[in-house]
Amino acid sequence: MANTYELIASVTVGAGGASSIDFTSIPATYTDLVVMISARGSNAAQYVDAYLRFNGSSTNYSGKSLVGSGSTVGSYSEPTTGIRIDVDAASNTASTFSNHFVYIPNYTSSNYKSASVDAVYESNTSSNNQLWFIGNLWSNTAAINQVTFVAGSSSSFVQYSTAYLYGVKNA
Amino acid sequence: MPKPTRIEINCETGEETVIELTDAEIAELAYQAELAAERKAEEEAAAKALADKKAEVLARLGITEEEAKALLA
Repeated sequence: MANTYELIASVTVGAGGASSIDFTSIPATYTDLVVMISARGSNAAQYVDAYLRFNGSSTNYSGKSLVGSGSTVGSYSEPTTGIRIDVDAASNTASTFSNHFVYIPNYTSSNYKSASVDAVYESNTSSNNQLWFIGNLWSNTAAINQVTFVAGSSSSFVQYSTAYLYGVKNA
Repeated sequence: MPKPTRIEINCETGEETVIELTDAEIAELAYQAELAAERKAEEEAAAKALADKKAEVLARLGITEEEAKALLA
């Protein structure tokens, strides 16, 4: 059990929107990282793809997801270009944001980095609600010092989207 | 038309900066968007193929999806 959760940094997107949110110069003094994201995309779609990336890298990611939508359950192989963090977009229920909890253990180790994602797309229709559990691996031995959350499909995150970066110490 | 921007937060200093994307960054986002669209189309095609196969099997067995779930429970 973690001894401490410390807020490292946080951001709220302003009126101009943002194509990405970039946490840089992350200190190496914690054991694990937690990223909590609440976001909505600007594109005219139910959802827009978005990604979490480490150290500016868009390669060497792999993973599996388990998705529940209504009474349907599916499993997918995850993209190699980042950890998929799809978000509600402009055609979904107004003023609703997807919520994502990302746990990144041992982010400073010299091993490959794993990440687990617990996410939900918020919607007032049962067919457009989705629950995601994702297990992901970044096959890179570098310590993580940068976490980037980027909107795909040439979209951007709308105002009031938020991202919080926490450091977790286990001792 | 203004260029899109990104937000950079330096975790050491706490400084938050709004930065206009370069042309190269915009092009990279567009390229990644193409890849994502291709992947989404592949996933949708695979999901449809699975749904069609399921319907075919159910029709051949002469049972409904609810009956199949009861059998497999």
